Amino acid sequence: MLKTRIIPCLDVKDGRVVKGVNFVDLVDAGDPVEAARAYDAAGADELCFLDITASHERRSILLDVVRSTAEQCFMPLTVGGGVRTPQDVRELLLAGADKVSFNTTAVKDPDVVAVSAQKFGSQCIVVAIDAKQTDEERWEIFTHGGREATGIEAVGFAQEMVARGAGEILLTSMDRDGTRAGFDLALTRRLADAVPVPVIASGGVGHPEHFVSGVVEGHASAVLAASIFHFGDFTISEAKQIMQSAGIEVRL
Amino acid sequence: MTIAIIDYGSGNLRSAQKAFERVASELSLTSEVILTAQATDVAAADYIVLPGVGAFADCAAGLAALDGMTDALSEAVLDGGKPFLGICVGMQLLATTGHERVVTSGLNWLPGQVQKLDVDSATHKIPHMGWNMLDVVNGHKVLEGLEGEAVYFVHSFAFCPDDENNCLATTTHGASFAATVGRDNIIGTQFHPEKSQHVGLRLIKNFLEWRP
Repeated sequence: MLKTRIIPCLDVKDGRVVKGVNFVDLVDAGDPVEAARAYDAAGADELCFLDITASHERRSILLDVVRSTAEQCFMPLTVGGGVRTPQDVRELLLAGADKVSFNTTAVKDPDVVAVSAQKFGSQCIVVAIDAKQTDEERWEIFTHGGREATGIEAVGFAQEMVARGAGEILLTSMDRDGTRAGFDLALTRRLADAVPVPVIASGGVGHPEHFVSGVVEGHASAVLAASIFHFGDFTISEAKQIMQSAGIEVRL
Repeated sequence: MTIAIIDYGSGNLRSAQKAFERVASELSLTSEVILTAQATDVAAADYIVLPGVGAFADCAAGLAALDGMTDALSEAVLDGGKPFLGICVGMQLLATTGHERVVTSGLNWLPGQVQKLDVDSATHKIPHMGWNMLDVVNGHKVLEGLEGEAVYFVHSFAFCPDDENNCLATTTHGASFAATVGRDNIIGTQFHPEKSQHVGLRLIKNFLEWRP
């Protein structure tokens, strides 16, 4: 049976992990490669790098990070942030990423998603959706880190992205992000039930019980979190044990 | 010895190369792991690896576009008996025919069809993406120590060999399908050993110690 994936996400800026990773045995908490190795050893099911480098000219630094990580960690790696063209996808895949995530570009230029999926296969094309609730039954897409409203309804957009070839959706609730109050379960469930591809739930995790509800109630195929792991509140293994106790299939 | 990973423009070969280098070094093998598009390198190699991501038809076309490669592979693997590992679409290419988007001929080294995973989409997501367990149905040197272990899959199509003896391991996602296929000196994995952490490295070690 397919296991539910736990995916730690590292925000990387100019080649450094933002906020750092608080593991006791890490020599350099800001080195993304070292953090990746620590998560590899800790039994993470995948890794996600989100590049928040402002300048597109400094992409080569990220490519070096991806290259070094792929040389040392034999686990799946998703890279997102600032991906705009099929050429960006190609460079990341060649550097060693397994999946590449589109965010703002998917909204502004959805054809790029289709072209990339056609060229490299749906299995490596992720569309990251940042959504905020705007009405009782409505969530809309926000871009630029949640600052810009688009007026686009999130569930229909996800369906359109899948039709264009996205093989996975990374869904972040901007209402919950950073709150540690748990996933937006209504949004997650509605979107996960509306698309045939896996949905990764993100935004708001403060306790491993939130992973449980994200899967059981939100119908997510995978769960993503950052601070809960980076700050050492819980290990990957502790989170998985809590999920297993709740009857969720995980890889221990 | 030389391990040749065939580079026909299909995605990320870096992880595969590094994983083989890691295992070869752990085994203290005097070896070279090369990424190559040259038929002559395949003829000279001791172990041959055919990776592949993306669509069956694109991969088949990419491989066919390499001058002399298909012939060199047949000579080295079918006639020469060199150990061969296909990974993901590289494994699917062993089939007679692929049915992804268009009907495409494969190498036909292991007769069979590559078909869309036939599962209930209401309960099972496609692509089949993530870690799933191996059920070894025909014991094999390359699968030693892997029974019941979780390995990393990402695919929407699966290989159905005509001869069930060529199915070495299965996994289950809505339905049971081939996770590993093989016969003689040929083996192929639907999952990605180079992405399956220590379990994947174990498979690569088994492969490099295999003397079919």
